[in-house]
Amino acid sequence: MSTAVVERPLYNPVNYLNVKHTLKSWLLTTDHKRIALLYLGSITMLFFVGGFAAMLMRLNLLEPAGAIVHPETYNKLFTMHGIVMVWFFLIPSIPTTLGNFLIPIMVGARDLAFPKLNLLSWYIFIFGSAFTLYALVSGGVDTGWTFYTPLSSLYVTTHVMAAAAGVFITGFSSILTGLNFIVTVHKMRAPGMTWFRLPLFVWSMYATSVIFVLATPVLAITLLLIGLERGLHVGIFDPALGGDPILFQHLFWFYSHPAVYIMILPGMGVVSELVAAFSRKRVFGYKAIGFSSMAIALFGFFVWGHHMFVSGQSVYAGMVFSALSFAVAIPSAIKVFNWTATLYKGSISFDAPMLYALGFIGLFTIGGLTGLFLAALSVDVHVHDTYFVIAHFHYIMVGGAVMAYLGGIHFWWPKITGKLYPDVWARLAAVIIFVGFNLTFFPQYLLGYLGMPRRYAMYPAEFQMLNVMSTAGASILGLGYLLPLVYLIWSLRYGPDAGPNPFLATGLEWEETQSPPTTHNFEEIPVVTQDAYAYENMGIPNV
Amino acid sequence: MIAFLLQSGIPFRPEAASTSGAHLDKLFYFLTGLSFLLCVLIFGTLVYFAVRYRRRPHGSVPPVILQSIPLEIVWTVIPIIINVVIFLWAANLFFRDAEPPIGSTEIFVVGKQWMWHLQHAEGQREINELHIPVNVPIKLIMTSQDVIHDFFVPAFREKKDVVPGRYTLEWFQPTKIGRYHLFCAQYCGTLHSGMIGWVYVMSQKDYAEWMYRNRPSESAAGVGQRLFAKLACNNCHQTNRSGSGPPLTGAFGSVATLQNGERREVDEGFIHQIILNPTTLPVAGYPQVMPSFRGEVSEEEILEIIAYIKSMGQEQPQPVAEGNQ
Repeated sequence: MSTAVVERPLYNPVNYLNVKHTLKSWLLTTDHKRIALLYLGSITMLFFVGGFAAMLMRLNLLEPAGAIVHPETYNKLFTMHGIVMVWFFLIPSIPTTLGNFLIPIMVGARDLAFPKLNLLSWYIFIFGSAFTLYALVSGGVDTGWTFYTPLSSLYVTTHVMAAAAGVFITGFSSILTGLNFIVTVHKMRAPGMTWFRLPLFVWSMYATSVIFVLATPVLAITLLLIGLERGLHVGIFDPALGGDPILFQHLFWFYSHPAVYIMILPGMGVVSELVAAFSRKRVFGYKAIGFSSMAIALFGFFVWGHHMFVSGQSVYAGMVFSALSFAVAIPSAIKVFNWTATLYKGSISFDAPMLYALGFIGLFTIGGLTGLFLAALSVDVHVHDTYFVIAHFHYIMVGGAVMAYLGGIHFWWPKITGKLYPDVWARLAAVIIFVGFNLTFFPQYLLGYLGMPRRYAMYPAEFQMLNVMSTAGASILGLGYLLPLVYLIWSLRYGPDAGPNPFLATGLEWEETQSPPTTHNFEEIPVVTQDAYAYENMGIPNV
Repeated sequence: MIAFLLQSGIPFRPEAASTSGAHLDKLFYFLTGLSFLLCVLIFGTLVYFAVRYRRRPHGSVPPVILQSIPLEIVWTVIPIIINVVIFLWAANLFFRDAEPPIGSTEIFVVGKQWMWHLQHAEGQREINELHIPVNVPIKLIMTSQDVIHDFFVPAFREKKDVVPGRYTLEWFQPTKIGRYHLFCAQYCGTLHSGMIGWVYVMSQKDYAEWMYRNRPSESAAGVGQRLFAKLACNNCHQTNRSGSGPPLTGAFGSVATLQNGERREVDEGFIHQIILNPTTLPVAGYPQVMPSFRGEVSEEEILEIIAYIKSMGQEQPQPVAEGNQ
């Protein structure tokens, strides 16, 4: 998609990072790239907060009676882990960092459509996180991240309101980000950048944005209703007041199932970019992958009832939701097959980002296949609310979304910072994370089939062996996550300069901007004359 | 390797002790085998391509391969077929086992933070333990006094949420004598992981002995009959039509017509709702004078009143279940 009409400008020593150095210039910036970095810093911190909670949980499960904490504390730990990881890491992860940074550049624009709104999103996010972190440090919340009623609305005495307020507020940041992306993709594309020339990352972010805008308000309404019942005793979910506790689950999952696709679709977009770049080939089935993103976004809205097969919902509703859940698996399978086919006759190199991408495909496939177990009605009756479910969604969320996020960060790090990281360490970290991940979560499939329920602070002794294995894996995984933190920060100071396109990749961000880009990205808005992934014109980097 | 794993003491398969357990396991192993096969195919292809087409010094530029419509169709249609097969298999099992067989032994379950209260129709009460006979279908009529719980017996491959304000049903037919875990599977607060117990499946003879040893002075219906009088239900619900409420003899299982013309089956949930929220179920032909008994009766007591109403029109409730001996 290269082809500038003008001569490529000379390297400009003033870029978006060093243009100004004051704190004010960061906190009041409207540059999408700086805002991406504000988000990167915030969510990285929150990721380690959520990870720390997970580590304590795994340590506690070393012994059947609970090795280190009282059940009440354990309940607060998994609630904190879930709330932080879902709403303050996974949902914002790729969209607010890589999405913010790349979407304007990939479509050939100088910024998002509404730069000030973009900054506002970050402030709303920080404000929401502050509420939630307050709830966590001032005593914690023990409802589980799902806030099921009537437990959350009437029974627990912890800081539900503050935590829910944090999630409620943060939702508006998601809505504004989604809106910004949608308008940008519609209205800000450079001349010649037709819809079918957009990189697949943009397609996936577009699908994600649609879900942001349509689903998040439902979450806001649901949390508001909890507040009404808890604060003002308006009977909505409590049967004693004439309410229905199951209604909450319908509302909650109507948001939260599409939210699963908010977490995974951006990852799929990243992987499409990585697979093409490191096999030096056009993505096989560009349209199939692009449309399957839209299909996932659409179908994702109609499968919420598969979280409720054993809630007492009608048998017929269960059958419809089961059938639709099998339907939503198809576009995901199509993506996996197309990525695999992209490798065919490629020139494949195993740089760190590609290792993450291959890891993603493997783990996402396992997570997807075990999703079929859960969509199957009678199987779900047995494994619902057990560790099988925990293992399944961690394969998608951690094995999938986090692997893709790390792959993307590694791929675009030279563009974002202008620096190269040590590739050997990066590959090592990718392998450690892959091994640690499997050792942590594979035993949990077995635990779930054996019948160990989730959210148990204590458990019968026969489950101990598998729990110890899982905790051992989690230690390796934790180490794996710390490594990139170290060498990426190291690279900021000591890494060699990256140059504009160290991977010799296609795309406006690689071919038309320097590393790091200037504040306005392009000297002149590029004119696009060819498809995405025209690797046949790029040659091959030296081995 | 596999032999080593099997001897390592790590359990791989939960005990299967119910009629649905065996069916479910068959489907589970089919899915596991299928997943394994698909993983081998996909990962095999992935690894083969990655190695075969790895970058080589002085390699040539890869060819442009845009797409292949036939391939896209093939790998769309095959997963659809696989998914339809799994869906039908699982939905069929689910649908077939949705309703308990007529004549199942009924047991009342009330979940509360953080224990299980169980009561046999003959009146025996248990906490966190359930004694049942082998090879007999058991039907649980469940509700919760506070938050949502879930009655999960892994060995029976069955679970169902236990929801406040309504009855949910769960049933199973144990096939193996033994002792099995009972877990609460829906997170219910601080001691959720302590809300566990045991299900004892006994031979018919042992079960009869157990029931006799633990016989209460009254059956559930008997207690319900006393409650019915104590709460003055019988002032309005008289055996003839002279009271201001409908007579309840033979009412259970019949169809009631509401004032808006809607017809509803009189089941456990109907009676529960009318005791706690009578105005929401105005029965045609009667004045709206029934008070709500919310706060005056516990969930266990409502279940006993239901047992009594069920027994009306059948034979009189037996004071002691001696027939079991």
